[in-house]
Amino acid sequence: MKRRIKPAEFAMQTLFLVCGLTAIAFVLLITVYLILAGLPAIREIGLTDFLLGRTWASTHATDPRFGILPMILTSVYGAAGAIVLGVPVGFFTALFLAKAAPPRLAGLIRPAVNLLAGIPSVVYGLVGMCVLVPALRAWLDLPAGDTLLAAMIVLAVMILPSVISVSDAALAAVPREYEEASLALGATPVETYLRVTAPAARGGVAAAVALGVGRAIGEAMAILMVAGNVANMPSLLSSVRFLTTGIAIEMNYAAPGSLQRQALFSIGLVLFFFIMVINILLNLALKRGREG
Amino acid sequence: MDANLSRRAWNLLAKLALWLSAAATCALLLVVIGYIFLRGAPGLSWELLTTQESILRGTMGILPSILNTLYVVLVSLALVLPLGVGAAVYLTEYAKNRRLAWAVEFAAETLSGIPSILYALVGVILFCNALGLQKTLLAGSLTLVIMTLPTVIRTTQESLRTVPRSYREGALGLGAGKWRAIRTVVLPSSVDGIVTGCILTVGRVVGESAVLMYTAGLSTAMQDFSTIQGILRASGSTLTVALYVYAKERADFAIAFTIATLLLLLTGLIHLAAYLAGRLLRRR
Amino acid sequence: MAEQAILSARDLDFFYGAAQALRHITLDIPAGRVTALIGPSGCGKSTFLRTINRMNDLVPGTRMAGSLTFQGQEIYAPGLDVTALRRRVGMVFQKPNPFPMSIYDNVAYGPRTHGERRRARLDELVETSLRAAAIWEEVRDRLKKSALGLSGGQQQRLCIARALAVEPEVLLMDEATSALDPISTARIEDLIGSLKERYTIVMVTHNMQQALRVSDRTAFFLSGELVEFSPTERLFSMPRDQRTEDYITGRFG
Repeated sequence: MKRRIKPAEFAMQTLFLVCGLTAIAFVLLITVYLILAGLPAIREIGLTDFLLGRTWASTHATDPRFGILPMILTSVYGAAGAIVLGVPVGFFTALFLAKAAPPRLAGLIRPAVNLLAGIPSVVYGLVGMCVLVPALRAWLDLPAGDTLLAAMIVLAVMILPSVISVSDAALAAVPREYEEASLALGATPVETYLRVTAPAARGGVAAAVALGVGRAIGEAMAILMVAGNVANMPSLLSSVRFLTTGIAIEMNYAAPGSLQRQALFSIGLVLFFFIMVINILLNLALKRGREG
Repeated sequence: MDANLSRRAWNLLAKLALWLSAAATCALLLVVIGYIFLRGAPGLSWELLTTQESILRGTMGILPSILNTLYVVLVSLALVLPLGVGAAVYLTEYAKNRRLAWAVEFAAETLSGIPSILYALVGVILFCNALGLQKTLLAGSLTLVIMTLPTVIRTTQESLRTVPRSYREGALGLGAGKWRAIRTVVLPSSVDGIVTGCILTVGRVVGESAVLMYTAGLSTAMQDFSTIQGILRASGSTLTVALYVYAKERADFAIAFTIATLLLLLTGLIHLAAYLAGRLLRRR
Repeated sequence: MAEQAILSARDLDFFYGAAQALRHITLDIPAGRVTALIGPSGCGKSTFLRTINRMNDLVPGTRMAGSLTFQGQEIYAPGLDVTALRRRVGMVFQKPNPFPMSIYDNVAYGPRTHGERRRARLDELVETSLRAAAIWEEVRDRLKKSALGLSGGQQQRLCIARALAVEPEVLLMDEATSALDPISTARIEDLIGSLKERYTIVMVTHNMQQALRVSDRTAFFLSGELVEFSPTERLFSMPRDQRTEDYITGRFG
């Protein structure tokens, strides 16, 4: 008997294939558009002047400058600060949830952590703007509280939920046998969690860190509201501009076709490159975590 | 004895670190939510939710932003749902070409890692400029379709994978074609994943701000949704964007906190819905 | 029979929730001997083994009654330091479970946990433990390599070395060879023979030949009760209880 495919079957198969291809097309589209839109300004400004220039003065009437080194460094420092502040708390919370907490308490805290992840970033920005920024100004006796430090703290809070849930899953997947062996040697439960469970889950924890870095580098709105947005070379207590906020702050003003606007797309390209590198690292971490 | 003492101290410290970290996380949530409610809840009123800002009439309302949010949610959901479910069905049910399946999964993975400000850029070039939609809610919704596609693909795929192979074989063994088997057996038994995907998508769209700020406009005035023309050209702020505009550009914090309260309530509601959907639908 | 008992159970009952897993167990485990616990699955032999180092504490809802002493000290006394108990009563599990660390770190884990920081002392402990577990020659050149790269039999000997490194007095072995091939099993049985000079060994086994080959005394458990406890050769040649005879002649279990 000859195999025949009914027309309806064939139509649906094609339709589903088209859906799948659309996802690929979107990625290609994004990549191509970001590169196409980002390259002209880089070519005009010069790659080294663009990446290593220390001055960003895109609207200067006679001598505009387009150096994004301050933004690159701010994004890197900001992400690093968020990791330093957020990962320890997140990791210990995950360890608590996965191992130390009474199951009922863990069952209460996990949805709360999910809720924390669901809060829109402008809401974090608003609270940062109205609580954190004035508090920093008062405590540290600064002229203005909109600083890199404020942004780091907001970012740390924002990456906390993903750090917790990824680490939680990784810790829960550690075989029970490791813990039994450690307890049987006379280690206390806490010693067991920190010296056996945690190292055994290091792949997952690395993935949590990579995910956190990705989130922190990519966040725009919340830090737009707390970082002051002046393109200074970064220091902890000065007003700073990130790669993301560098795009965000000028996007609505830059005239179409101007070099300023094109340069914003070039910043986007740099950001895209950063994110891609982090994604690759994240996938490597996840793969290693899965293999043991 | 000395070693024993330092071991005890270490244990105590470690235990303290665990409990304190968890407590800090919970405290953070409570403080953020509590503070927002404290400052925002008093401003919530029926008038606020049902009127628009008008100097003439002296009213202060956010109805336009609520409607804009609803618009963006409905349009992007209506587009991303068939697309995402279709892609997931292709991946789990049809894909014989391993390399293509890998490419689709890689694409979905990549899309999910891209920050929203980059989606904003692409939306501006692609939908606002190249397709000539200008800054409209439609352009914003289309951009959000690209952004939320990975979520829908992934959650659908996860639940399709849990449908036992015997279901498919049963349907196919009765002479049903593949599409028939999918429509009658596979999709109905993975409806929980699809619904969860929908709810998560709604959550992301409601919470998104960067994309919409640059693709959908900032206006807080009422848009005309009564004609097709009006619907296509409507341009304005959703709740998140309105929050930003009020807080950062007009320094009107009272209204910003009220919008934040509303957003928190919506977030809570969405989470509750996802939880309930997961429980109710999985039972069957 | 002038052997000194290192572990003594008197009317020991043990419950998992409402289910009673051990009923009125009374026995004395002699020091410096190998004692085998045999019986069909679910008979309580593993439960009894795990009461000795209180690993059953990890299961929620457990309860014990009666008395169980280690060198005259009540194991379930309130306020007893469980970590100190487990240091003196080591355990080897059914499935080899080395930590995902280097061979050296696996063996050094116990001493480090108990506060040993001196490098030279750790080196010495690692070597003597690995030698005692008859695996030193095989791993001496790759102490820094991951323990997960070893074969199953090697992993189990490494786990024995890890247990010996805290210098315990008793070694509990919970079907320690059941996941291994016959050659690895034979090596571990030889090892048990050489270890009994220095340690008291209590082993659970489902393999009666193994009990006969390596143990001095055998306890037969059935449905949570201790049916018979005799010198191994006597238990297998002339059992006193009909149920023991039925079991060892293969009529059930």
